[in-house]
Amino acid sequence: MEQADAELIAAVLGGNTASFEPLVAKYSPRVFATARRYARRESEVEDIVQEVWAKAFQKLSSFRGDAPFEHWLMRMAVRTCYDFLREHQRNRETTFTELSAPESDWLDRFVAAPESASEEASAAKQLIERVLAMLSPPARLVITLLEIEDRSVKEIAELTGWSVPLVKVRAFRARAEMKKCLQRIAQEKYL
Amino acid sequence: MNLAELQRKLIAAARKNLPAEEMPYAFEKRVMARLAAKPPTDEWAAWARSLWYGAGVCAVIALCMSVWSFTPDSEQDFASIFSQDLEQTIVDSPGDEDMAE
Repeated sequence: MEQADAELIAAVLGGNTASFEPLVAKYSPRVFATARRYARRESEVEDIVQEVWAKAFQKLSSFRGDAPFEHWLMRMAVRTCYDFLREHQRNRETTFTELSAPESDWLDRFVAAPESASEEASAAKQLIERVLAMLSPPARLVITLLEIEDRSVKEIAELTGWSVPLVKVRAFRARAEMKKCLQRIAQEKYL
Repeated sequence: MNLAELQRKLIAAARKNLPAEEMPYAFEKRVMARLAAKPPTDEWAAWARSLWYGAGVCAVIALCMSVWSFTPDSEQDFASIFSQDLEQTIVDSPGDEDMAE
């Protein structure tokens, strides 16, 4: 662990709360990036990040220092994001009519010639956001960590607190769930 | 529609769409202000905590009483005291001669 981080943490645990601020300033960008994977509104993103820091401050005495502080903080961030997904489960049923014109056009191009549908297009990004929002919280978390962020099963187990077998089971179910969502979009558009 | 290819393309799109790391101006000040603010007292939680403490104390007392009631000396003393009291009561009860007088 970085010497500066260790000294700051020791100072906070010694009663100097102000020493927590440099940690917040240093690691907040990373936490914001993580939160933005799971929440769309900036107000929700800020709430998540504040919650992460409140928990980190409360549980700082449990930080053992055998791994970098950032790893410990990211574990807390991922779990807080998962709690957010569970608390904000809303109707994930998305009908075809809710797809925007650019998304629909992108799908049409994909059907006509898959290579012509660019991954860089903003419509593609909007479409994957929509599909992710349709997934259940565990499925969304696993797909994001495993497929999008390309993390290993072991890393995901450490981040989430799930066992390795549970991560594998959830990954299997998540892929099946995502396939069903895409099937539904395809059926509603073309049938 | 090739769903596997569609999924691959959409995942690739998500991978390229890295989330921004920017944070609001003076965000760390807001976090520190929140940490400095004392949380409001949760009266229900305090009441529930005291109930749990009471339940724990009662359980300990009940356990001690159970152990004490099953110890041989105490059982014998209780039985002997009760039998002595009963005998004394019967002996002291008014007989026929006393009632006839």
